[in-house]
This record gives sequence, C-alpha cells and structure tokens, in this order.
Amino acid sequence: MATPLVVSEVSKSFTMHLRDGIKLPVVSDVSFSVASGECVVLGGPSGIGKSSLLKMIYGNYAVDSGQILVKHQDRIVDLATTDPRTIIEVRRRTLGYVSQFLRTVPRVAAIDVVAEPLVARGTKADIAREKAAELLAKLNLPEALWQLPPATFSGGEQQRVNIARGFITDHTILLLDEPTASLDAKNRAVVVEMIAEKKQKGVGLLGIFHDEEVREAVADRILDVQKFSPRRPIAA
Amino acid sequence: MTDTPLLKVNDVSKFYGNRIGCKNVSFELWPGEVLAIVGESGSGKTTLLNCISTRLMPTTGSVEYHMRDGQYRDLYHMSEAERRFLMRTDWGFVHQNPADGLRMTVSAGANVGERLMAIGDRHYGNIRATAVDWLSRVEIDESRIDDQPRAFSGGMRQRLQIARNLVTGPRLVFMDEPTGGLDVSVQARLLDLVRGLVNDLGLAAIIVTHDLAVARLLSHRMMVMKDGHVIEHGLTDRVLDDPREPYTQLLVSSILQV
Repeated sequence: MATPLVVSEVSKSFTMHLRDGIKLPVVSDVSFSVASGECVVLGGPSGIGKSSLLKMIYGNYAVDSGQILVKHQDRIVDLATTDPRTIIEVRRRTLGYVSQFLRTVPRVAAIDVVAEPLVARGTKADIAREKAAELLAKLNLPEALWQLPPATFSGGEQQRVNIARGFITDHTILLLDEPTASLDAKNRAVVVEMIAEKKQKGVGLLGIFHDEEVREAVADRILDVQKFSPRRPIAA
Repeated sequence: MTDTPLLKVNDVSKFYGNRIGCKNVSFELWPGEVLAIVGESGSGKTTLLNCISTRLMPTTGSVEYHMRDGQYRDLYHMSEAERRFLMRTDWGFVHQNPADGLRMTVSAGANVGERLMAIGDRHYGNIRATAVDWLSRVEIDESRIDDQPRAFSGGMRQRLQIARNLVTGPRLVFMDEPTGGLDVSVQARLLDLVRGLVNDLGLAAIIVTHDLAVARLLSHRMMVMKDGHVIEHGLTDRVLDDPREPYTQLLVSSILQV
C-alpha cells in the first residue's frame, strides 16, 4: 500500500443563501496524493483554503466535483460521494484528524477524551486509558489534569489533549490542522518527534504548519495551495 | 458494519386534513446509528417520530423493522398486541416530559421493574437487583428506589425515564427533545449519560431536537425538516459545517456562541 490518499480534480465553493446566493469559490481542480510514510504540508497564506481542504477530506465539507480516494482496509472508498455511514467507518478505522480546536464534551475526563478513539475501535477501556496516559505524559500534560474535563484547560493544554487523541490510534492517514500552533518549544519538539514516529510506521500525513521550524522538520514536500485558489493574484 | 438496516422508512406522509404533518419521508437506520431530526417548532419532527414509532398512523407509506428473528415486518401490518410487545421490549421511547413516560404514582424501582415483568421476569429479588443496577447507571442513589417519581426533580425524572426504557436491552430508542425542559448543567449531565449509554450498548436511536448542539454531540447523521419536508440530510458534521439549503444555513447561523 503505497498511496493511501489520492485527491483528484476536486473543486469546492460555498453558496451563501443568506447573502442573495452569492457564490464563494474556495478551491478548484485540486489534485495531489499522499504516500505512506510521507508528510505533505499544505502551504500558502491564510484564507487560501488549506483548512477547507482538510475538512473536505475529513467529510465536514462537501465537494462540488472530483474524487477523494482513500484506501480503507482492502478497498478504495471515494469520500466525495460515499454515504455518511461509510465516512464514519473510515474515520474510525483509517482516517484521523487533529483539529485546530478541541471540541469538548461536558463531564468527560481528559484521559477518556484521549482514549475514546481506541475504545471506539474495540480496545478495552483500561488498556486504552493506559495508552492515553502514556501519550499525555509524553506531551508533558500535568498528571493532575488527566481526570478533569478539558473545557477549562488553557489553549496549549487543550491542544495537547487533542494531539494525544489524534495520535493514539494506528490510523493509516492523519490530517493535522496546525497541531503546534499554541505549544511552547519543548512540546513542539515532542510533536515533531511523534510525527517522525508516525512516518516510520508508514502513516501518510497531511498537515498545516505555520511555524517554519516545525514545517522544516516534518515536511517531505510542500504543496502550494495557492495554485488551486480562484483568488490567486492576477498576473503581475 | 452490519449490512442490514434495522429500520426502513418508505415514503411516509401524514396529513391532518388538508395540512401537511410530514411528507414523503424515506430513510434507513442501521444498528448502532444515531439519527437526529432537527427543525423549528411545527416543522413536522414530532409527527414523523410518532409515525415511525407507531404512535400515530401515517396517511401513506410504510415502516419496516428488522425483527430479532431476522425477518422484516411492516409495522402497520402487525397486530396491536405484537406492536405493543415490540414497544415494551425491543424499543424505548423517551418523552420530553418524563410524566408522559413514567408512572408517577408507583415507586422508581417499580417503574424500572415493570418493563422487566413485561418480558416475563418474575423473580422479585432479581428484578429489584436489576432496578438498583440501572438506577446507579443513571446516577440515582439506591436509597431513592422506593420513592415515587413525583418526589424527584426534573433531571432525575428524565434519568429515571431513560433507565426504564433501557432496562430491557432495546435495540432502538426514540427520543423526543430529551433535554427539553432541563437547565443547562442538568442537560450536560444527561447528554453525557445518553452518549455513554448509546456507545456502550450499541443502540440505534432517533432523536428529535431543536438544539443543534445536542444533535452534534449525540448523532452521526442528521435530517433537517421544514414545513413537513426533509430538506437536507447527511453526516451531522457536514450538515452543520457546510449547510447547503437556505433554511439550514439560517438555522446554523442563528446559533448563539458562548
């Protein structure tokens, strides 16, 4: 399995019905692929559609046309056209995502937030919790916080919970939306190391990193999203 | 993934005289799947829920259910007795107002035990032990087992109603605004509880709510209704993050941020 993710001729626009139906183009004709063991970084200025692209792949945004092909277990699934049930199954088994912000659930302890994706895949709760503890320790989250719900944590603490949650499984594709944005240098280094481990294991990663140092350290290839943007500067 | 739907809803419509309750609704629900039906008051959500759960006879259309013996049965071609048995054992129905789903003048333990007796349990000790277990799962202290729900707070009543519904190990639960009349801290507790139980038990559920945050937290898939029609349908994340229909965009953009 060399190429777990292929994006082919994908276009996306938003139609804003509350603003007289104006159409906002986001990206057009996006084609690229991510090989296993590779970390592809999306480049380009803010607002060019990098996060949108990740959301399309994860299924949060629908696409207007094109294909998003994912190797899911022993078949190929086109996420652009498949049904919700298959997307949920692909998310559970194959496609992981570390979002920019953690969506917290009231009353659920940080350690259980992290363990949840493993439990959803059938791992026993105590084993999943052990693994979660390992990751939280690695990310230097104070142990006193593990049993608390993350809603009141600082930005950096929430982000580390989010990263641990995304990295706990052995998903074959991982989408990263600025996972290091609110971390200090020490923890950024931990994340860089964790990404390197994922690459070693053959995971295909696609991410957004504004921090140049991190980008240099993890990227095998930078994909300039600007070339897919309809808002690209008119020839100068 | 199992490859047979638990429930098949085919072209269900309900008219109240000339008025539309809901029109031409079709979907399938799989085991373990949670579907949210959202929309404003009067959009037909509850009518649809009642039609699917046989509490209301639709004007046209059919609803098929995958019985435990592996056969599909059309719910409207079952006898009343069969339907009642199904509702008491394999299904649950959580009402917005707990008083509609509980027997207010018998004890909490009896409320839970009654459903067990309906499926043939006769051993008092076992029934009481199961009731105690379920009360603790919905975080009601064992010491309250002999109290009547009349003496419970709104949040406790709602948790008791959930215990009463889940004690028989149903495969499908209908919920009509389960967090409707509760204040937010009680709501959060109930949501967390429902979410945990649905995950642990692998329940399929259809939840009617006007609260999009509740839908996001609990459901996999979402249907948006307006004027009796399903106007948008898809993965919950997709409908909320990238709404396509004008009305859904209005609904999503009207959420207050905290």
